[in-house]
Amino acid sequence: MYAYDKYDQAMVDARVEEFRDQARRRLEGTLSEEQFKPLRLMNGLYLQLHAYMLRVAIPYGTLNSRQMIALADIADKYDRGYGHFTTRQNIQYNWIKLEDAADILADLSRVEMHAIQTSGNCIRNISSDHFAGAAHDELVDPRPYAELLRQWSSFHPEFTYLPRKFKICVIASEKDRAAMRLHDIGIQIVRNDNGEIGARFYVGGGMGRTPMIAPMIRSFVALDQLVTYAEACLRVYNRYGRRDNKYKARIKILVHELGAEEYTRQVEEEFAHLLDVGVEPPRAELERIKEFFADPAFEDGPKTLDRSDPDFALWVDRNTHRHKHDSYVSAVISLKPVGGIPGDASGDQMRVMAQLAEQYSFDEMRITHTQNVVLPHVRIADLHALWTALDQAGLGAPNLDTIEDMIACPGLDYCSLANARSIPLAQRISERFGASGKTAKLGELKLKISGCINACGHHHAGHIGILGVDRKGVENYQLSLGGSEAEDVSLAKITGPGFTENGVIEAVETVTDVYLQRREGEERFLDTYRRIGMEPFKEALYD
Amino acid sequence: MVDKPTFDSEAGSLGASPDEVQFRFREDEPVDHGTVTVDACCDQTNATAVRIEPGDDTRQLLPFLDRLALIEVNFPTFADGRGYSAARILREAGYIGELRAVGDVLVDQLSHMRRCGFDAFAPDRPLDEEAAQRAFATWDNVYQNAADARRTIPELRHE
Repeated sequence: MYAYDKYDQAMVDARVEEFRDQARRRLEGTLSEEQFKPLRLMNGLYLQLHAYMLRVAIPYGTLNSRQMIALADIADKYDRGYGHFTTRQNIQYNWIKLEDAADILADLSRVEMHAIQTSGNCIRNISSDHFAGAAHDELVDPRPYAELLRQWSSFHPEFTYLPRKFKICVIASEKDRAAMRLHDIGIQIVRNDNGEIGARFYVGGGMGRTPMIAPMIRSFVALDQLVTYAEACLRVYNRYGRRDNKYKARIKILVHELGAEEYTRQVEEEFAHLLDVGVEPPRAELERIKEFFADPAFEDGPKTLDRSDPDFALWVDRNTHRHKHDSYVSAVISLKPVGGIPGDASGDQMRVMAQLAEQYSFDEMRITHTQNVVLPHVRIADLHALWTALDQAGLGAPNLDTIEDMIACPGLDYCSLANARSIPLAQRISERFGASGKTAKLGELKLKISGCINACGHHHAGHIGILGVDRKGVENYQLSLGGSEAEDVSLAKITGPGFTENGVIEAVETVTDVYLQRREGEERFLDTYRRIGMEPFKEALYD
Repeated sequence: MVDKPTFDSEAGSLGASPDEVQFRFREDEPVDHGTVTVDACCDQTNATAVRIEPGDDTRQLLPFLDRLALIEVNFPTFADGRGYSAARILREAGYIGELRAVGDVLVDQLSHMRRCGFDAFAPDRPLDEEAAQRAFATWDNVYQNAADARRTIPELRHE
């Protein structure tokens, strides 16, 4: 895992002091809320419905136990004993006092963490594949490239007041586990015909009110030009992205309005210019970073399991992922217990996860964009002991990628933008499907719930998506089908008129029944939908 | 270029003028007349001072950089970051005259503006002197190459 050197530490420390000064000026009244807002946002501090919310960056979702314990301590000391893991592989705390914010940032800096650029119209935390460095199917570990971009994008002097927020994702396998093409820039590390490693750039994806799948704008950028190419993409956006309308300010609108071809032409022109200027960090820097991500000392061991305990066998089947070393697996800790709040973990649960990571996973964890926690490198021989410990801590839900493993945004329970509640709906759906046993029958089914059109709950990318809207003061839920954030990326389509809260739960029941009646062979819900189309679902819902 | 900005409190003059320049990191004499628009500058061969608005294409000015002694970049609101790109583009093209940030320029943007090549600052509302000096000195080191030719952290690591 990456470790700060004196420079990285000094940058974060300087930011803590800068923010302490800004918060002091705000509390004294020298800074107006309008002036303070962009500054606190650059430090991850939002003003929500009930309190400040602090979002802490977990770069590309990777953290160690010491960091997880620090997150647990913050939950206990400054919040109400909980943290909420987000779809950007970050964590946020919902009950923060402005007076405490600088102290929290100082606590974070002691474990090489920060909340820098987790909000605001700047380049946000870089996300990546949560199985990076562990997956059997990856070309290389994508995290060194993400780290290179993290440093480049931190306190970038030109790109701190962009038209809108900017999200970058880096993956390195054909399988997309990070919703790469739904980012402002999605980078896939690839090998070209000459056997060289480079970066493929997709630009202009996103969810929100106008969901778009990012088109590829360049199939191969040499690794010693990666930062320069990203800088060119950003400069064109900073200069020409729309600033007249907040809702049209994301890069996806620019790429859409210009057309991918014209946007690409402008980027290539800027790229050629920036190559002359020389903005790329020395190539040796990437090599330095790579050393931090070298494989831990994997050892050969048992490759098979005793599956005699059916509960354990179910968890193994659902919650583990094939590792590049055949004596290991990646184990996913579901933060979606039936009836729970998706992505929430208590301070104590965080400490349990930290301890288990230290004991069983080379001191490493990952946060998934689906709001779960991964222990990336677990010996197959240790799996039963790990599962037993997780189960005892209430962290053993065997429901990864099932309907219970849903993404839900904080919704109207916390968020000042929301039109409708998401969390209670998620809880009721998981309770219902968990109790009826239908979860198991349905297999892989990605349900995603957003409480407003900003789509933080990724409903556009759900096999089943639910969008909460406000209809004349009443919460109303629109249902959509057929989205995917994976390598078979697609945007979900709305079924028709919306439903009440009870109605939408029935509607989910109905569409899953249609699937169970119509599926062929091993088809997932999504496959059946793609084969038979919307009509049969609509008929069942509205006729 | 001087390290410490000079505080220019005297001088009365024209247009968006030297008397409003609160911080200046240059030792040459400030241009003492007003600026023209980018369009006018391109048409008018004798203009030596120009003002860039956020929507202007900075690159239109590149053929005329030799004769320009002052380029103002206007920030009607601090949240509009186009001026940062404008500044870098000018410096990357070799512009060595005064590059002045004007408008809604606040303490917390100074260090980034400086990195992008601004060497004079004329905020709408004068900034607290001490806070501004602290802001200019915020970062001992920096990650990225920009217009200020500072050695970056990646470069320092591999010296």
